[in-house]
Formats: sequence, C-alpha cells, structure tokens
Amino acid sequence: MTIKIHARLKSRKVMILCSIIIGMLILITLLAPWLAPHDPTLVNLAHKLKPPSWEYPLGTDHLGRCTLSRLLYAARMSLGYATLIFISALTIGLVVGTLSGYKGGWVDQLLMRICDGIMAFPSLLLVLGLVGIFGHGLKQVILALIFVQWVYYARIIRGMVLSLREQTYIAAARISGSSQWTIIRKHIIPNVLPPLAVMGALEMGWAIMDISAMSFLGLGVQPPTPEWGAMIHEGKSYIRSHPELMIYPGLMIMLVVVTFNLFGEALSERYGVKRNS
Amino acid sequence: MGVYIIKRILAIIPIFLLATLLTFGLIHMSPVDPAEAYLTAAHIQPTDEILAQKRQEFGLDQPLYIQYLNSVIKISQADFGTSYVSNKPVWDEVSSRMSATIQLALGSILTAIAVSVPVGFLAGLKKGGGIDHLSRFLSFFGASIPSFWFGYLLIIFFSVKLDLFPVEGIGTWKHLVLPSVTLALPLIALYTRLLRASVIENLDKPYVLFARTRGLQEKLILGKHVLRMAISPMVTGLGMNLGKLMTGTIIVEAVFSWPGFGRYFIEAIFNRDVPVIQCYVLLAAALFIISNLVVDLIQMYIDPRISSKGITER
Repeated sequence: MTIKIHARLKSRKVMILCSIIIGMLILITLLAPWLAPHDPTLVNLAHKLKPPSWEYPLGTDHLGRCTLSRLLYAARMSLGYATLIFISALTIGLVVGTLSGYKGGWVDQLLMRICDGIMAFPSLLLVLGLVGIFGHGLKQVILALIFVQWVYYARIIRGMVLSLREQTYIAAARISGSSQWTIIRKHIIPNVLPPLAVMGALEMGWAIMDISAMSFLGLGVQPPTPEWGAMIHEGKSYIRSHPELMIYPGLMIMLVVVTFNLFGEALSERYGVKRNS
Repeated sequence: MGVYIIKRILAIIPIFLLATLLTFGLIHMSPVDPAEAYLTAAHIQPTDEILAQKRQEFGLDQPLYIQYLNSVIKISQADFGTSYVSNKPVWDEVSSRMSATIQLALGSILTAIAVSVPVGFLAGLKKGGGIDHLSRFLSFFGASIPSFWFGYLLIIFFSVKLDLFPVEGIGTWKHLVLPSVTLALPLIALYTRLLRASVIENLDKPYVLFARTRGLQEKLILGKHVLRMAISPMVTGLGMNLGKLMTGTIIVEAVFSWPGFGRYFIEAIFNRDVPVIQCYVLLAAALFIISNLVVDLIQMYIDPRISSKGITER
C-alpha cells in the first residue's frame, strides 16, 4: 500500500515537472520572436563560428547566425508540426474508426483492409517511400507522416467503438429513438476521446523525432529555416572543430522527447490507459 | 500444427498483395512519368514520338488492372525494372549493396542481445538493485535519443577525442563498432525492458514455486526454466522490430557513410528514382511480414502451449 502511494506521488511529481517543461516549450514557441536575441536566419559571415558571448549566448554557426535564436525558433517548427500531424491523424482516425466500428459490414471490411495495407510497412519507411514518390519537401513529409499515423488511431478507436456499441446505455439510447448521428456525437465520441489524449502525449514525442529525422536526412525542413534535425545536418561538417553546433539541437530534441514520453507514461499510469504500439 | 503453419504462410499472401496494390496505386498517382524519367536519365531528348513508343514499351497504354497484374508478375520474379539513374536493373543494384547492410544489421542485433539479455535478466531478478536502475536508464534514454544524434555523439567521443574508431566507411571490424552500437541502442532499450518485465512476471508463476519445493538448484531454475520462458516476448520484439531496424539502417548509414542499400535508398529518394523506391519499400514490407510469421513460429517452438491454444484465435 505504502509503495503504491509512493509511486503515485512520484508519478504526480513527474507529471507536474513535465507540465512545467511543456508549458515552457509552448511559451517559447509563442514568444520566440521576443525571446530570441537575433534573427535566426540573419547571415553574418564576420561573426562566424564565434564562441559564446553576451551578444551570442550560445555562439554562432558557420554562417554567423545566432545559435540560441535558431534553437528557439526551431522549437516552433517541431512542436507546431507535431501538433498539426497529431490533430490531423487523430481526426482522420476518429472518422474512420467510428465509421468502421459503428457501421460494421463491408464499410468496416474495406477500411480495415486499407489499414492492413498501410500497416504492412514499417511506418517511417513508408514515409520515406512516399516522399520519394511525391518529391521531397516539408509539405510532403508532413502529409506522409499523417498518412501513416491515422491508421493506428483508426484501429484503436474502432476497437473502443466496438465495445462501446454493446453497452446497455447505447442500446437504451437507440431504443428511445436517438438517431445514429446523435449516438455517435453524444455517447461514443466523448467516451473515446480521453484515452486518446493520453496517447497523444506519447505520439507527440515520436512525431517530433520523426520530423527531425527527416530533416536530418535533408528531406523535411529545408535550410535556412531553423529546425533541430536540420541543424544537426548542417553542423556535421564542423564535427571536429565545433561539435557543440550539433550537440545543442540534439539535446533539445532529447529534452522534448523525454518530457513527452514521461508525461504520457505518467498519464497512462494514472488513467490506466495502455499504450498500443 | 502442420496445418496451422501452412495456414499462417498462406495468410501472408493477401497482405503482401495489399502492399503491392498500395505501392502500385501510390506510384500511379505520382507526377513522375516513367517514360519521360527514363529518357531524361538516358540523355535522350524526349519527343512525342519517342515518348509514345517508350510508353508502349513499358505497357503504360494498357488498362490499369493489366498494368497492376504485370507488375505483380514481374515482382514475383524479382524483376523490379531498371533504375532511372543508372539504367541498370534495380535488383542488381540493390543486391550488390545488401551485404553491407546485412553486416550492419547482424552486428547491431548481436550487440543488442549481448547487452540486453544479461542486463534485463539480472534487473528482473533483483528489482530495485543497481542493475535494475541501469536497465531503466537504458530503456528510457535508449528510446528517447534520436539515433542520428547518438551516432554523432559516439563519433565525437570515440573517433574525434579518443581516436579509437574510424569516423566512417566500411572494412575492418573497427568500422562496424560505432554504427552497430548506434543502431543497437533503441533495440537494447526495448529488449531490456521486455526481458525485465517478463522475468519478473515468470518468477511469480507456480512452476517456479513448484521447482523450488522440489528442491531444484536455484541456478537451474533461473537459468533453464525462467530464462527460457522469459525470453519468448523478446523473440517477438526482435521480429516486430526488423522493419524498424531497416529504417534504422537508413539513418545510421547516412551518419557513418556506410555503403549499404539504405544510403542507396536515400539517393533514390533525392533523384526520385521510382523503381528503386518501389523495390526498397516492397522488400521492407516482405521482410516485415515474413519476420512476423517466423517469430510466431519460433514462439510456438519455444512455448508449445501457443500452438494448441492460439490457432483459432489467430
């Protein structure tokens, strides 16, 4: 018993800490133009590869751009696009999953076979393939990530809808004459959403990692736009003389991913939602 | 049991057909015209006449379902067409780079097993001990560090600072160490966690108590029974992750300039060399699907209860 309470308190502490970090990250993304000491894309070759100073708190990169400003602006990219991917994939998954689970029959069969087809590939590899077929660039990467992500939400939501459909209160609603649409809107979706919020926290970390991996490969965010993965890509030519150019962005990615993972784990422990991956 | 195996093997055919249908559909939606891409690569000025001729040669004037059937037949004969860039058969290009990638993959799987089996097993035996803390650290950070960054950290420390291993390239075993470790880290994270949880779960099982009451040596109980039972989820993890491992090789090969076919794939993406992309993606799907099947079969061998229980459910 004492162990359980102890664990709960610990997970509460973790949650509070993660909330603070996530809150700070959101603030950074919103306030980047005011927090950053310089324009992140301003090239100044006279100041290239400078060590940290009052003017450039983390030094400058090979084009004399302020590293700190670039790191702050990059947070905008990663968090913004990760959120976009999460919300889009969730929306598609919600529509498909609910339709599939509630309607059943051939609709369900067709939609689930499409999911099977997409899930037959390792997801990041399919993203790469899509980017190869449709051309590289940020837009394609984002669309490709949404394309492989919604499937997982659809699957999980379908499962939840299937079990919800059998609940007595749904049957009661049906008998008392509620329309299908009303049942889905009033009874099914509100029950499906909370566990998905937990999943979302876990997925955010992965989405951020995937975006930066794609940018690192040179396929996602294109220079000179600051993005953590792209910064690592640019910094690799200076690995011998200025390794810090690639260490900082990597630390940022790790901080964000660790935070979202811990937050998601703490949430799922608290609300008893199992991660399905 | 034989029927079950055959059933499982037959069940992968429709999934693979779905995968080919999906790639076919996506490639068909692509704005790249194969005939035009071919001519550009071969430095032939595309005129309407030559284009029409090439289209006919590629069978692009035929109805879609015939095109699809043709592509499936070709794929089943390991004919993935010719690369737009090099004008050589894709399969030759890919297979010549395969051995480097397989070397890397094997190196990382061995590294992962060598680290995660002892750490996960000992961590599970002594919950809360020093090794348990190590295992938690590994499983948490291993899953959160971007592997491309971790690779560079290793380079900075072991190649630049200590000058122990070469920065990039292929050749001696020394070249293999850093890429393998980089690729192994996420696997180590996963396997350590799986094994630890499964050891803890198995120690509570009645058969352990029974073996103890029978007076069997603790070493024997743990080494022979618990380890064998506990390793089964790890085998699943290994199979489920072969696909991810393939994605991992792409990134690790980019970091260490490893001349495998992951790097070739990235080049193909930049050049929009669609036949190469198609080949790679389908191979990955095949590997993914087949490894899942093999894992199920191995598991059946490790834990025969599955075969008698699981048939109808699967």
